[in-house]
Amino acid sequence: MIDGTIAELAQALHARRISSEELTSEALARIERAQSRFNAFITIDRDGALAAARAADAALRKGDGGPLTGIPLAHKDVLMTAGLNTTCGSRMLADFVAPYDAFVVEQLRKAGTVLVGKTNMDEFAMGSSSETSWFGPVRNPWDPAYVPGGSSGGSAVAVAARLVPAATGTDTGGSIRQPAALTGICGLKPTYGACSRYGLVAFASSLDHPGPFGRTAEDCALLLRAMAGHDPRDSTSINRPPEDYAQLLREPRAAKVLEGLRIGLPKEFHGEGVDAEVAAAVEAAIAELQKLGATLKTISLPAVKYSVPVYYVIAPAEASSNLSRFDGVRYGHRANDFKDLLDMYKKTRAEGFGAEVKRRILTGTYVLSHGYYDAYYLKAQQVRRLIADDFRRAYGECDVIVGPTAPSAAFKIGAKTDDPVQMYLNDIFTIAADLTGAPAISIPCGVTRDGLPIGLQIQGNHFDEARILDVAHRYQQATDWHQRVPPIEHASKSS
Amino acid sequence: MKWEVVIGLETHAQLSTASKIFSGAPTAFGAAPNSQASAVDIALPGVLPVLNKGAVERAIRFGVAVGGTISQRSVFARKNYFYPDLPKGYQISQYEIPIVAGGSVTIAIAETEKRIRLTRAHLEEDAGKSLHEDFHGMTGIDLNRAGTPLLEIVSEPDMRSAAEAVAYAKALHALVRWIGICDGNLQEGSFRCDANVSVRPAGSDDLGTRCEIKNLNSFRFLQHAIEFEARRQIELIEDGGAVVQETRLYDPDRNETRPMRTKEDAHDYRYFPDPDLPPLVIDAAWIERVKSELPELPDVMKARFVTQYGLSMYEAAALTASREVAHYFEDTVRVLGGAPNLAASWIMGALSAALNREEREIGAAPVTPHALAGLLRRIQDNTISGKMAKDVFDAMWAGEGDADLIIERNGLRQISDEGAIERIVDDVLAANAAIIAEVKAGREKAFNSLVGQVMKASKGKANPAQVNAILKRKLG
Repeated sequence: MIDGTIAELAQALHARRISSEELTSEALARIERAQSRFNAFITIDRDGALAAARAADAALRKGDGGPLTGIPLAHKDVLMTAGLNTTCGSRMLADFVAPYDAFVVEQLRKAGTVLVGKTNMDEFAMGSSSETSWFGPVRNPWDPAYVPGGSSGGSAVAVAARLVPAATGTDTGGSIRQPAALTGICGLKPTYGACSRYGLVAFASSLDHPGPFGRTAEDCALLLRAMAGHDPRDSTSINRPPEDYAQLLREPRAAKVLEGLRIGLPKEFHGEGVDAEVAAAVEAAIAELQKLGATLKTISLPAVKYSVPVYYVIAPAEASSNLSRFDGVRYGHRANDFKDLLDMYKKTRAEGFGAEVKRRILTGTYVLSHGYYDAYYLKAQQVRRLIADDFRRAYGECDVIVGPTAPSAAFKIGAKTDDPVQMYLNDIFTIAADLTGAPAISIPCGVTRDGLPIGLQIQGNHFDEARILDVAHRYQQATDWHQRVPPIEHASKSS
Repeated sequence: MKWEVVIGLETHAQLSTASKIFSGAPTAFGAAPNSQASAVDIALPGVLPVLNKGAVERAIRFGVAVGGTISQRSVFARKNYFYPDLPKGYQISQYEIPIVAGGSVTIAIAETEKRIRLTRAHLEEDAGKSLHEDFHGMTGIDLNRAGTPLLEIVSEPDMRSAAEAVAYAKALHALVRWIGICDGNLQEGSFRCDANVSVRPAGSDDLGTRCEIKNLNSFRFLQHAIEFEARRQIELIEDGGAVVQETRLYDPDRNETRPMRTKEDAHDYRYFPDPDLPPLVIDAAWIERVKSELPELPDVMKARFVTQYGLSMYEAAALTASREVAHYFEDTVRVLGGAPNLAASWIMGALSAALNREEREIGAAPVTPHALAGLLRRIQDNTISGKMAKDVFDAMWAGEGDADLIIERNGLRQISDEGAIERIVDDVLAANAAIIAEVKAGREKAFNSLVGQVMKASKGKANPAQVNAILKRKLG
């Protein structure tokens, strides 16, 4: 039963064909069984989950439930969850118990979801493979020798391996969409400001976006509806009337469901560096969208080629400052032996942070330093504006932009850990949307010869979540890539 | 060689908001350590700053009051450095684009006015406090003060003496209290100055190398620190040395400044715009509203007091030292229906002395403007003498009732009946033949002694002017 989508599970829950307690018990059993294989979770909250499930069942019995009531769900361990450990995958916060809920956690609790645990991730969300966690690497359910992508790898695996129907993630350079692509599920990065960052442990404030993982675009729409909303505690949160993102998906259409849709194909996204199998799958997906009535338009985003360098100036700059609060003074790890204050800082941070986090703090500190600020940080911000201008121009000619989510399918664990630049290039197609703040979704569109999923990215203009979700949904109505299940025992056997 | 001292001041005024600049925690002074530190103030992971509009409003009020330009768009930046009482590892401040640019403050030294230009004023948050005592070799951290809103007011190097610097600091102190943006409490650190001091040969246009002196939390310390520092620099140069740009700390116990850190080990603060806070946008309507709600400013009021009431510059300055004093004066004159000079001399004299004696603010004076006017009216209509009025004032201060009640109860009404005074004078003259002889011999003192005896015999109630006149007539 738990293999169903949120939409299907909600029907079953409301019809009392299944209880949330049963669903949650099944989710917990699967999570516990799968833990040694995939290491998707850092914290499992069995007692809290079952209590929440019983509360959801009580609400459902009274007829008070909503579309998410009783749905088991996992949160990325970078989101604060009151009373539960929130580690950010770091030794620095290995024992840190969050004293409050993040906005999106609070919103999803209010919507009746059942929090089963916290998922593993790249340390402080810095990475594209979920290998940098203090709690060990996360493994891809399609082949445990491969990475699941990152940084929200644990959440992606939890959904892909059918441990839970839904999970949250955060996307700073592609950390929702890239693992969604590499694990064969859907991951949505909403418009910047649509989901409050309150309670999201900051990596790069101007780039951090909370967002949902689901098996279908429709599930992402249901989740986003609960997660979005204005929050006065985040000054970058946007105050807009609530939107039913799934409404457009339910709209009855004539045979050509995407009639009138103009798809932009950036010539820059189809060049070198894209794996041939990925390119072929994306081409086939575009042909499918054409069949559904969409028209194609080649567009140019000339400044987008600078996305990766721009990102690797701005994100580390912000990170170097955001991570300064982890100093051993008030909470988190503190070195045992130190001779003075400076020594305490040095040892605490040397012990508490892993290599990738240190690399980014060093880079960020450097680019903000006196004499380098103009050449790096300021220049990067200027190019960031040029990239945004490119997209603004493009959306005059097209409605959505389609291309691969990542240049290749999943790679083997350890394959890129010694080459940070190769690792960074994984995010070459996803970073632009983080820089501009516009929404983008990754959905499955194929499988490689090795049986690894391939992701299709659909990007839209600011606040066009409903449109990109609709395109993704119509594609999923016509195809079955999203129904492919990784070769795991419990998934094939279960209900 | 003659030397000129050049001084610029950086002043931190704590803005009088009920809550902090980026969190809802209260700003009240003196609470138990860390009892007023919210999740934002202690910088828990995941929390975000939300700007307090009240702090912005106060900064605008200041900008308008000093005639500065309010930036329609200003930017908050992060100033990055590690210190245990700086919870985020950065201070949120304004760097490239402050909320207020320019403006000036006028100071007066010995009736000469001078305009001190302001460079800028910007909003920022205060840090917490490190407590080095009571922790057995360790340091305690109190984050109650972390996030308290500050307005940093930076002057141009326009001051040429410690006296000018103190006059500027006092004028600024009076102004921020006048417009209600800061309580000005120096002991609690609500108003703190750092002084940039350099010296140069008199007549030179080039600026010398400056030192910044920190920790000046009283006007007296400011004065002494600048005097010491100027002397130190001059002696250094005259001895063939050179001033090194550095930050120095003033030690009031030894009355000296000591080096804290040199330019070489100055921090690289790695300023960059805070991505958690959008640019602060202030529209013209907001500025206009603040402008329209601004009280009459001290300079304007001072000038008006001179023209409207015929006061001297000195009196006008004293009576506009604070809004409360000015209101007290104008209320008294209004109730009295005139006599501003009489009111001024009583407020600056008896009232001010009583306030100083008891270390009270004028708002807490037991004699209200209405009551003082009641007393002054009895001087005006000759019911009591000025000297007698002083005793009545003291009785009023002690809470014995209004002037008329005290005058009646104690029988203090002045004797102005010519015949009655003449009878007393005659009695005194009859008993003092020797003194009369001295008066006739031309001794002024002897005359005064007779006046004194008449006053004494009348229990101080005889109209002194009449006593004088009658005595002069009788001895003349």
